[in-house]
Amino acid sequence: MRFSFTPEQEEFRAGLRRALEARSPTKEVRRLMATDAGWEREGWQKLNRELGLTAVHIPEVYGGSGFGYGELGIVLEEMGRGLLCAPFFSTAALATTAILNAGTEEQKRTLLPSIASGETTAALAFSEDDGRNDGAGVAMTAAPSGAVYRLDGTKSFVLDGHTADLIVVLARQPGSKGEDGLSFFTVTGDAPGLERRRLKTMDETRKLARLQFNSVEARLLGDAGGASRPFAKTMQQALVCLANEMVGGAERLREDALSYVKMRMQFGRALASFQTMKHKAADMLVDVELAKSAAYYAAAALDEGDGDITAIASLAKACASEAYLQTAIHAVQMHGGIGFTWDNDTHLWFKRAKSSEILFGDANQHRETMMQHWGEPS
Amino acid sequence: MSEPTEDSVRAEVRSWLTANWNPELSLVEWRKKLAASGWGAPHWPKQWYGRDLPVKFNAIVDEEFHKIGAVGVAKAGIRTLAAATILAHGTDLHKEKFLLRILTGEDTWCQLFSEPGSGSDMAGAVTRADRQGNKWIVNGQKVWTTSAHKAHWGLLLARANWDVPKHKGLAYFVLDMKQPGVQVHPLKQMNGHASFNQVFFTDAIVEPEFLVSEVGDGWTVATTTLMHERRGADGLRSWATASTAKGRIYEEERAEIATTMEPYKWYPQRAGRVDLVLERAKATGKFADPVLRQEIAKLLIMSKAAEWTARRARAAQEQGRPQGPEGSLGKLVSSHVARQAARVHTYITGSDALLSGEDSPLGGVIAEILVSVPATSIAGGTDEIQRNIISERVLKMPKEPSVDTDKPFKDVPRNITAS
Repeated sequence: MRFSFTPEQEEFRAGLRRALEARSPTKEVRRLMATDAGWEREGWQKLNRELGLTAVHIPEVYGGSGFGYGELGIVLEEMGRGLLCAPFFSTAALATTAILNAGTEEQKRTLLPSIASGETTAALAFSEDDGRNDGAGVAMTAAPSGAVYRLDGTKSFVLDGHTADLIVVLARQPGSKGEDGLSFFTVTGDAPGLERRRLKTMDETRKLARLQFNSVEARLLGDAGGASRPFAKTMQQALVCLANEMVGGAERLREDALSYVKMRMQFGRALASFQTMKHKAADMLVDVELAKSAAYYAAAALDEGDGDITAIASLAKACASEAYLQTAIHAVQMHGGIGFTWDNDTHLWFKRAKSSEILFGDANQHRETMMQHWGEPS
Repeated sequence: MSEPTEDSVRAEVRSWLTANWNPELSLVEWRKKLAASGWGAPHWPKQWYGRDLPVKFNAIVDEEFHKIGAVGVAKAGIRTLAAATILAHGTDLHKEKFLLRILTGEDTWCQLFSEPGSGSDMAGAVTRADRQGNKWIVNGQKVWTTSAHKAHWGLLLARANWDVPKHKGLAYFVLDMKQPGVQVHPLKQMNGHASFNQVFFTDAIVEPEFLVSEVGDGWTVATTTLMHERRGADGLRSWATASTAKGRIYEEERAEIATTMEPYKWYPQRAGRVDLVLERAKATGKFADPVLRQEIAKLLIMSKAAEWTARRARAAQEQGRPQGPEGSLGKLVSSHVARQAARVHTYITGSDALLSGEDSPLGGVIAEILVSVPATSIAGGTDEIQRNIISERVLKMPKEPSVDTDKPFKDVPRNITAS
């Protein structure tokens, strides 16, 4: 199913789009993005309960719906389109995925049902002040202390880290280096010794936090010292999720800019009648459709366990990064002066394009990853 | 008769082939037999060498031919576009005279549409057809005509009425290429090949019965030809590959394919040869260059995403769903891919990219890529025309204002080059 969606999937998408159009108009996006949390628990839990969103890719044995990345990709694409202000990416695409990849059977049974039901929101803390996205860059230490561990250090750029009920943390055994000695831990959001500060973000619809850990009590998630591989897998899955979210936003920008130039009159004619606008609009369609193809293909490749997934995930992210930002740049330009104002909605997606471009590594980094995987003799 | 199924079609064609396939026959003898059976063009009408089968069964029939190494009807070249056009618009006389010899490969065809004065604006053709007595007399010039020097027949779009708007004054003819009034000269391209021709008409003659449809319908008929060109003539036309088997019939087929495909030998280079990029980067030792790696990755992203987009479009078609916008982008995207591929090949090749022919890497292939890629964004509809099509048909943006469609063609300003 790498090249098409089933009728059931299309129906799921259509329902979701209707719901998000009703629940997340830009007025609501603007209201929530101006809050400290960036989202509201009551509204999000209601929407999540009705549509079963955080349950989508959690297996049924852990209280989920048991779908795959194809369906999760649809949810993210529609959320990217609607710019929904909710802790979904952090909870579903990052923390849940890490728990599924790393956790023991018992831990999954304990942690996942309340995530699936929407009671618990979660975040994944891996980057530190230098913003690196790889395990080797982790400096935070976890020292064993009886049956638990004590975390010391700083995590930064943590998506929804200031509000998450549960935080999955990547830390290392004191004295270890590189990919060795890495483990996942779980920490509750209100743990003593944990100081959480929301960072002021350029993209206000995507809240990031800096977390200071001062001897915070944590529980080991999965194998001690064995988090390197599950973390790498989590990042691949997150790239594919983000690529799908991005193409949803890019398509929305493209459509809005097109509607605008069809309506806007200058020199006694619609802007859309100028060939320079027509050709730009055609180029935007090419960019967005190519990025969609790559994002859909990558989601299916995850579901099918494709051996090339490292390269494919990076390809999808690099492609979406360029396409989304280029679409946003064109969209502002097509709106002219009004496109540069705060009151016009274009900048909301422009900023989401910019934050997505950088999140989990930019296009240069992912192109290099592709080359490392496809360029070496096999 | 029950509805044909994959299994029933397979069984039927197999039993016919078992009874009839004979590699000792000459190519034409065999194809005459094949045409009479209807298995050469199974989706054609029963009375015209077909079996009235849905197009989707062609692949099964082809498979069965392939399994036993049986030769099919002549599939490569413009002849299949001629057949599709004649089936749609031709008279019984046209069908009787032309279809069989198209299938047997005895006749080859060319398409006389483009002119020096009308490239993207094909309906602006000024080659004229004047009725004199009982004949049509043709004067003017065509260009970009593949295989015109070999062709027996040409599909000609010419202006027969200058007093009506441009799309309404055209007529479509079948023109005998082997006559004194038709002169064919090769047209040398910037890559040194001469795959196309210029065709000059000086009082060339067309018999009145070789008018296809009516005067004034020329544009409609030409649209049919072009539509089949775009979708590969419903699977009958193919990028011919010759069998390597021994025997008279195979040798004859190989010779036919070599002749038909000769003009297309540089086409893989025109598309950029993405397939060569990684091995060339490694062979030259340039693969460690981080800038080059970025450029290669950009190329691979584009070419993979283009391939997956085409697969999305095909999946929609196969499932009988309307194609989304993804179906209209391939032509434009292939230009981007080819250009980026040429850039990357240049970086990889370095100083050797200054060289040509046998002094250039891979026996001239790299040089040929660099000077053939510019054709991709022009041939078969320029990038600019593709963007107009996408914006108007897919995105429903306003059509380009037209200044020439509502007045008599004789009053429309045009290029001086054409008479």
